[in-house]
Amino acid sequence: MSNVDVVVTGLGATTPLGGDVASTWDAMLAGHSGVGPLTQEWAEQLPVRIGALLKVDPSEVIDRVKMRRLDRAEAMAIIAAKEAWADAGLAGSGLDPERLAVSYGSGIGGALTLLEQDDILEKSGPRRVSPHTVPMLMPNGPAAWIGIELGAQAGVRAMASACATGAEAVALGLDLIRAGRADVVLAGSTEAVVHPLPIAGFASMRAMSTRNDEPERASRPWDKNRDGFVLGEGAGAIVLERADHAAARGARVHARLLGGGITSDGYDIVQPDPECKGGIRAMKMAIKDSGLTGADIQHVNAHATSTPVGDMGEIIGIKAAIGSHPILTSTKSMTGHLLGAAGALESIATILALREGVIPPTINLDDPDERLDLEVAAHKARTAEIQAAMNNSFGFGGHNVALIFGKA
Amino acid sequence: MATRAEITSGLAEILEEVAGVNPDDVAEEKSFTDDLDVDSLSMVEVVVAAEEKFGVKIPDNEVQNLKTVGDAVTYIEANH
Repeated sequence: MSNVDVVVTGLGATTPLGGDVASTWDAMLAGHSGVGPLTQEWAEQLPVRIGALLKVDPSEVIDRVKMRRLDRAEAMAIIAAKEAWADAGLAGSGLDPERLAVSYGSGIGGALTLLEQDDILEKSGPRRVSPHTVPMLMPNGPAAWIGIELGAQAGVRAMASACATGAEAVALGLDLIRAGRADVVLAGSTEAVVHPLPIAGFASMRAMSTRNDEPERASRPWDKNRDGFVLGEGAGAIVLERADHAAARGARVHARLLGGGITSDGYDIVQPDPECKGGIRAMKMAIKDSGLTGADIQHVNAHATSTPVGDMGEIIGIKAAIGSHPILTSTKSMTGHLLGAAGALESIATILALREGVIPPTINLDDPDERLDLEVAAHKARTAEIQAAMNNSFGFGGHNVALIFGKA
Repeated sequence: MATRAEITSGLAEILEEVAGVNPDDVAEEKSFTDDLDVDSLSMVEVVVAAEEKFGVKIPDNEVQNLKTVGDAVTYIEANH
């Protein structure tokens, strides 16, 4: 364990449950679903016609002219980052911009721009393609925009590790501060790919729920009748800060970031290792990095996406790495799966669970899979004074990331 | 044939749409970059939109000569 402690001093989000952290958290505790029908004309031909769209559209927050230069994922990233920045109270604090870094990613990047501009190219020719196309579709765009908005000069790192992106960005932020490369890191991730092409691709893999008649009941991690994940969009942002830096300016601390573990399966491009070996190594690595033992981890915000195979593999992993005592939840039951942004949003849920002493529920767990032999905060939020909690994220490509947060 | 005033007003609409310029600020003597804060990428959008609106072709090597709104009006007046 490093002797540099890192704390969380700012949170920001825009999600299918709310346009900021407070409204998202309130909706989570109330067990609301952010999933609804996709009523766009393009959805009619798809096998999957449900999704979790943002509660507050970015165009309601960012002015029209600026939106012309932003991919939807970039706009969402800016909204989340600005909220986190304001929450941290760092504006005007005298922070040296050369000590401020960004570690921010996306699973897929500016796909909506790529697809939209390709339509323009096909229909109207190359001269009509927007001059903003490249900065809108480049995968480092969200990180770079945040860097510009905040004036960060200690480097802008853009992560891409599929559905583990958000968690990996947070883990990298921890490393950057421990290595002395920054005092403050804006970390997180964004994803905006609710579009027929990515949906068709995931649906062709038979990875998505087709419970089109019951959108709110479609995302049901660990339930016997789960039939795949529900695609969501959103962004999360977390301000990580060296603990003594935060203390010196009297900052409010939401939680401590105690450790991280990153491993890769080296096994298959989409299938997780069936014995969760890589996931177990990531969880054990994170626990060791935190200076804790498995017995200390009282809560896990699980990756659990509502797919038949993945949900149960993680259960095997949690039991092997931690034990049978932690109370689990999967907030994806309410938000859908935000792909690259999942790890950021779920880190925020984990941090708030520690801060508030309440675990958000897993909705739709009506008929648990009989192999689920761990306790889940099913249906209703659960009051629990927890000292340390883990957030897991796994991604296509065999990425496994575990983060451990501790009560402030 | 559009008058200079009509072309100026058409450019003002385009500038508002692509760069958020207040139409009241648009006048022939105004510089796109210095007065109206139109950056190089937005200028590309203005040119493409003006080509469509006025039925002109504005070659890239001509764009650098269009420093002011008046320069653009003169070019469009002469070529559309």
